[in-house]
Amino acid sequence: MKLQRREFIKLSCATVGAMTLGSGAMAQIFPDGFPNPFRAPKGKWFDRDVTTVYSYCENCFWKCGIKAFVEGGKVRKIDGYAENPKSRGMLCPRGQGAIAQTYDPDRLKRPLIRVEGSERGDGHYREASWDEALDYIADKMLAIKAEHGSESVAFFAHGSGDNWFAEHLPGAWGSPNAAKPSVSLCTAPRETASQYTFGRGIAGHEQIDWDETDYIVLIGHHIGEDTHNTQLQQFAQALTRGAELVVVDPRFSTAASKAKDWLPIKPGTDTALLLAWIHVLIEEDLYDAAYVEAYTLGFDELTAHVAEFTPEWAEAITEIPADTIRRIAREMAAHAPRAVIPVNRHAVWYGESDTHRMRSLYLVNVLLGNYGVEGGYYLCDAPIVEKFPHPELPLTPSAGGCGGGATDVVADSPFRDSVDRGRFFGSATAVQEMIEPMITGEPYPIKGLICFGVNLFHAVPMVERTKEALGHLDLYVAIDVMPMEHVMWADVILPEATYLERHDDLSLIAHKTPFITARFPAIEPMYDTKPGWWIARELGIKLGLAEYFPWEDMEEYLDRRLSSIGSSLEAMREQGTIVRRGRPYLKDWEALNRNPFGTPSGKIEIYSERFAEAGLDGLPVYLPQPDGPAEHYRLLYGRSPVHTFSRTHNNPVLMDMHGENEVWLNAREADRLDLRQHEYVWLENQDGVREGPVRVLVTERIRPDCVYMVHGFGHKAPRMRVANGRGASDTHLQTHYDLDPVSGGAGTNNNFVRLLKGAPNPNHPPIAQVANEKRSPA
Amino acid sequence: MSRYAMAIDLKACVGCAACSVACSVENEMPVGTHRLWIRNTTIGTFPDLVVEHRPEACLHCENPPCVPVCPTGCCFVTADGIVDLDVKRCIGCSACIAACPYDARSMHPAGYVTKCDFCKHRVADGRAPACVETCPTLCRTFGDLMDPQSEVSIAIRQARRVDVLRPGLGTGPNLYYLNAPAKFGLVGGEGSRS
Repeated sequence: MKLQRREFIKLSCATVGAMTLGSGAMAQIFPDGFPNPFRAPKGKWFDRDVTTVYSYCENCFWKCGIKAFVEGGKVRKIDGYAENPKSRGMLCPRGQGAIAQTYDPDRLKRPLIRVEGSERGDGHYREASWDEALDYIADKMLAIKAEHGSESVAFFAHGSGDNWFAEHLPGAWGSPNAAKPSVSLCTAPRETASQYTFGRGIAGHEQIDWDETDYIVLIGHHIGEDTHNTQLQQFAQALTRGAELVVVDPRFSTAASKAKDWLPIKPGTDTALLLAWIHVLIEEDLYDAAYVEAYTLGFDELTAHVAEFTPEWAEAITEIPADTIRRIAREMAAHAPRAVIPVNRHAVWYGESDTHRMRSLYLVNVLLGNYGVEGGYYLCDAPIVEKFPHPELPLTPSAGGCGGGATDVVADSPFRDSVDRGRFFGSATAVQEMIEPMITGEPYPIKGLICFGVNLFHAVPMVERTKEALGHLDLYVAIDVMPMEHVMWADVILPEATYLERHDDLSLIAHKTPFITARFPAIEPMYDTKPGWWIARELGIKLGLAEYFPWEDMEEYLDRRLSSIGSSLEAMREQGTIVRRGRPYLKDWEALNRNPFGTPSGKIEIYSERFAEAGLDGLPVYLPQPDGPAEHYRLLYGRSPVHTFSRTHNNPVLMDMHGENEVWLNAREADRLDLRQHEYVWLENQDGVREGPVRVLVTERIRPDCVYMVHGFGHKAPRMRVANGRGASDTHLQTHYDLDPVSGGAGTNNNFVRLLKGAPNPNHPPIAQVANEKRSPA
Repeated sequence: MSRYAMAIDLKACVGCAACSVACSVENEMPVGTHRLWIRNTTIGTFPDLVVEHRPEACLHCENPPCVPVCPTGCCFVTADGIVDLDVKRCIGCSACIAACPYDARSMHPAGYVTKCDFCKHRVADGRAPACVETCPTLCRTFGDLMDPQSEVSIAIRQARRVDVLRPGLGTGPNLYYLNAPAKFGLVGGEGSRS
């Protein structure tokens, strides 16, 4: 009250001053300006000496080329640069706001060892030297190897550096149990579907020829809320250019707000819509017959297969009118081949149905004749840069990656198969299938876990199972930047330097113009933190694997690799990015007498002989999804434009933009449940697991049978003072997943929640207040 | 002499806030203080909906109501039309904040008023403001309205529809919104500010 009155007096005085004197008179009394009674601002960073360092962004995994501007020993600003085909001189909010993570006082600062006698999850730690921490880990790993075999140590990894922890180190050590969440918790179905249809992957940069397309159909693809930079640029440019947009989504997404048609599909029925489109394209003879003849196998089987999948059949399933289905199919055909249904990234929705959905999506594109053609999907491969020479690794893990083709364990391998082998058809390991063996010991025990940048409690469904599994381990090591909840369960915590403080391996991007980007440290590592490559190498040496790490440091490593393409570390320091020429279209390959399709037949395999031989469906089918229990809504989730997974929620700059998630609920359902706008509720799922409190967003922008949340909020990590307790976690409500028996993906959209009134308002202080309090010593 | 102006194409804008974050970092705004923000508004009922994503900041008015009320003379308009202030002379009286009908000025926690200055330090170097440079939808154009060939002049000329905020006030904004998604133009200021 007192403060308010003061404010009032201050304002009154000002008004009086303005009325009686006016600005001109005041300026005469104080010719040099009225003396500012408050602290005058210091000069700005850009008025002082600024140096520029090339790198690539790590605030999501799109890997945009950036320039870091350093002044006074601090990174002040980050921008894109025009020569880099990812950023093209622009950045999304996460890239712009990333500096705040490096200067976050809540960061992990030095190695920590869990206090002896404490339980995992108690959070009792003592500081340790790197030497002691790595010795501790190596001793435990060697003990596990002696008792159970080297395969009993699992490796989970995500982010730049995951090659060291999911490929190189486990390969040198001898464990096939190395996995990336970016596969089975994200892209697995689209990659498996693409490999078995085209004999090519999709890769980390979805190869949509946005610049040439005239008609775009997005299915559950949240461009705009997903701010993958180049994709957003090209999508927006296509709209500005006049390309037509259709969006299929149960929610009126940001992308839907740009569309000429929004098809609010019943969740889980997308494959029925796609099959009906295939039906119309074939029945009305709208498909590209010449393309199908030249490049595909199995069209006749497809024709017979889709005969019954009429738009009327699909209307009953999808709740999209048959007329609309027909109209959109005809419009696509009218614009073909410059009409495209882009593949989206997060493809694990419903389990077995996911590979079917992705196959049907590809087949619509094939019938439009757009794969390898202007305005559709272009063809791309990563640039080739030789490896730093080292002895052959004893084992090649099948961790896959965003678009990485996974390799099988070699037949005469002395190592046991990965613990998930046989649970699904695909060859890339599935991170969530490695949890159960930690508990059951079947097919053999996993007793150690090295976890690099994977948020075990915000990425992997069935959180309670994960916690139980951690209790069975002899060793759990977390390597991370932030004291995430799962990190504070580890036996040893290794603090990684942020991307602005380290070199990393080259980023080799499969793109219309393939390119190579390097990362140089803008500043020295703060505190006692180390880069991932350094941690992997030092641990390797302590494990007796020094021969597999024959470089002294990353500068030597990078220089050697770059020399294989006639470049060097010094050249790259001045250049940042090397761009190659691509072969984006079929005609480019044909001019060289080469065939881009890596299938056994050398064709696009509409009908998959290999699937059929394995007892799977040779053609995609629609699989109905269960409805939830009464009074429950299907829980859907997605992205915020300012956040990445659960990684950015302690960044005050980004949290200031979006500081807690909301549960979107259809307005009429809110009326029925007597819920008001922004009221806090509990979410309780079909298994009685409760999460929240979380605010309700009463909105017209969603169907009445589902609710939606932005993923990544709801951290339960007291050491992350900005993130802790804000919003709710969708992952905690995912106590069920459907394993895709084809790709190994874990579909999590068959979870259902009720909204329960009476949750307390957590009264979160403003982000600015928390950020200021954090600056004072903790 | 120039007449600087900015145009934002609402057909392209997705409200991602890259502009807002870039602005805050470039201009060293403390967390919680903003020169630029996004207003998201939904109108209509399921399934007939319009969502407008609208970045807002100082409009650099031809007739800025904020300038004449300043008691110290620290608020001024440059020859190029940038509505600016000299923070060394600002006493933090808030008169300009009260006078601005667009809520485009904020109090810096250090006790002076802050607002968009079109990143004048960048413009002086021939670069675009930070928000324009970073925007991943390329929805922003900036330049000189006196030059018919400037990007901003061309964008305004080619737009299907051009709006300014609250034109009835006679403030003469130099922040133009192109191709508003609703048939009637910009929606009222009822959206959520984030």
